[in-house]
Amino acid sequence: MSVSLQLAQTLLAILLAPLLMGWVNQCRAWLQGRSAPPITQPYRTLRKLFHKDAVIAHNASPLFRFAPYMIFACMALAAGIVPTIANDLPFSPAADVIALVGVFALARVFLALAAMDIGTSFGSLGARREMLVSFLAEPALLMVFFTASLISQSTELPHIVETLAHKDFAIYPSLAFAAVAFWMITVAENARIPVDNPTTHLELTMIHEAMILEYSARHLALIEWAVALKLFTYSTLGIALFLPWGIAPHGDVAALPLALAAMVAKLALGGALLSFMEAISAKVRLFRAPEFLGTAFMLAVLGMLIHFLLEV
Amino acid sequence: MTLTYHLQIVNLLAALLLLISFAMLSQRRVVGLVALFAWQGAALALSTAIIAWSTGQHHLYYSAALTLALKVIAMPWYFYHLVKRLNVNRAVEPMINIPTTMLIGIVLVIFAFNLALPISEMSGTVTRSTLGIAIACVLLAFLMMITRTKAIPQVIGFLSMENGLFFAATSATYGMPLVVELGVALDVLVAVFVLGIFIFQIRETFDSLDLKNLEKLKDK
Repeated sequence: MSVSLQLAQTLLAILLAPLLMGWVNQCRAWLQGRSAPPITQPYRTLRKLFHKDAVIAHNASPLFRFAPYMIFACMALAAGIVPTIANDLPFSPAADVIALVGVFALARVFLALAAMDIGTSFGSLGARREMLVSFLAEPALLMVFFTASLISQSTELPHIVETLAHKDFAIYPSLAFAAVAFWMITVAENARIPVDNPTTHLELTMIHEAMILEYSARHLALIEWAVALKLFTYSTLGIALFLPWGIAPHGDVAALPLALAAMVAKLALGGALLSFMEAISAKVRLFRAPEFLGTAFMLAVLGMLIHFLLEV
Repeated sequence: MTLTYHLQIVNLLAALLLLISFAMLSQRRVVGLVALFAWQGAALALSTAIIAWSTGQHHLYYSAALTLALKVIAMPWYFYHLVKRLNVNRAVEPMINIPTTMLIGIVLVIFAFNLALPISEMSGTVTRSTLGIAIACVLLAFLMMITRTKAIPQVIGFLSMENGLFFAATSATYGMPLVVELGVALDVLVAVFVLGIFIFQIRETFDSLDLKNLEKLKDK
């Protein structure tokens, strides 16, 4: 029973991820005063890319072909671990939050290696910038997780969700700090404004797009899908940590429809908020990105300190 | 957690005060600084009112009202017009770059929290755990005064330090006697006006609000 639930949840995440991306793009277009693409546009793009023939550079090594599958697998694994609609599924003990950071890092390393593999200047430039952003984002992400773990005395995600959603309600100031830090990290890790612009192909500013310039057809489709899945996983992770109300407790099948509805509503709100924040902020210079992420790290550390002062 | 809800909200507001102190440290523009100062005053007034309500200390209501009138409405309004009139709302780099300032800020917070632990054990109030945050706010405002060279950010740093002291008094002893608080409020108000006149004079003399210029006066 719970195994099939786990499979259903993972499949749901994989299938719904492009929809979230489409929703964010749609909101963004509305806020910018453009006529919006349909919400299913990412699916059409994926179908188009899967039907094309792949063009691969002559000097590409097997790593270049292998990387998209690896990245997609990592993101699918991460999506399976995070409690989306049901808590404490069989997959969750496979990795706690620290291992989850490792899974994200694995995908990132393969993407950066593949970008450098071809040997174009854009690829290595993008890889280096990505590493600059992510090596600052990762410790901040860990600090956010530590704050949540200190509150619930466990690094296991189901346990954290259980403590925050189904025990007595309490206001945790430290979690408020962690939530702001997590938002900033999500923005940076998912290549959104103000750190990176997902729609730009301008050489001075692009980070993520510079790495995947050489990919085409099914490889590009997998990477685009993985990017959507990454945004989805980060969103559900943020919901699990900071807004966990509604996630069905272990073995409670009757709560599933409500959990699904709550999740869709929260994701829709989160996506709208993300595009709104993108609309009102300008992309910062690359060398301001460390400042942005330094602030995120500082907030996460402050959250932990405040936990020790106010909540112990 | 066995705290009641209004005390949890006070804790949340205390955390917000600390957050605003850090935001002030990282703010480059003067108008942004004024807005943050107003928000800090609002958080302070709200937390004072909640403490007054939950502990039945009626004189804290007056302090909250005074904070609201002076630090949320009057002073930010005055500063806003001062900035507009002097036309000084340009982004300025502080003396130490912002990430370093933030790191120093975190060290200060740890120091303040350690400093407050023995004091808050002696105190008998329900809000004693927020004393560490109040001391941290004072130190952060102090740090802001040190790292800024322009006159208006320094004045705002001074006022934000007063906010921190006020919060410390509220959390450690449910505030000072009303006479003292009225006196302090009046002092701060007068100080703001005197400093405002000073700012005009500094600009008339040097054509700039950079306080480094004051060092030139020594040799004359």
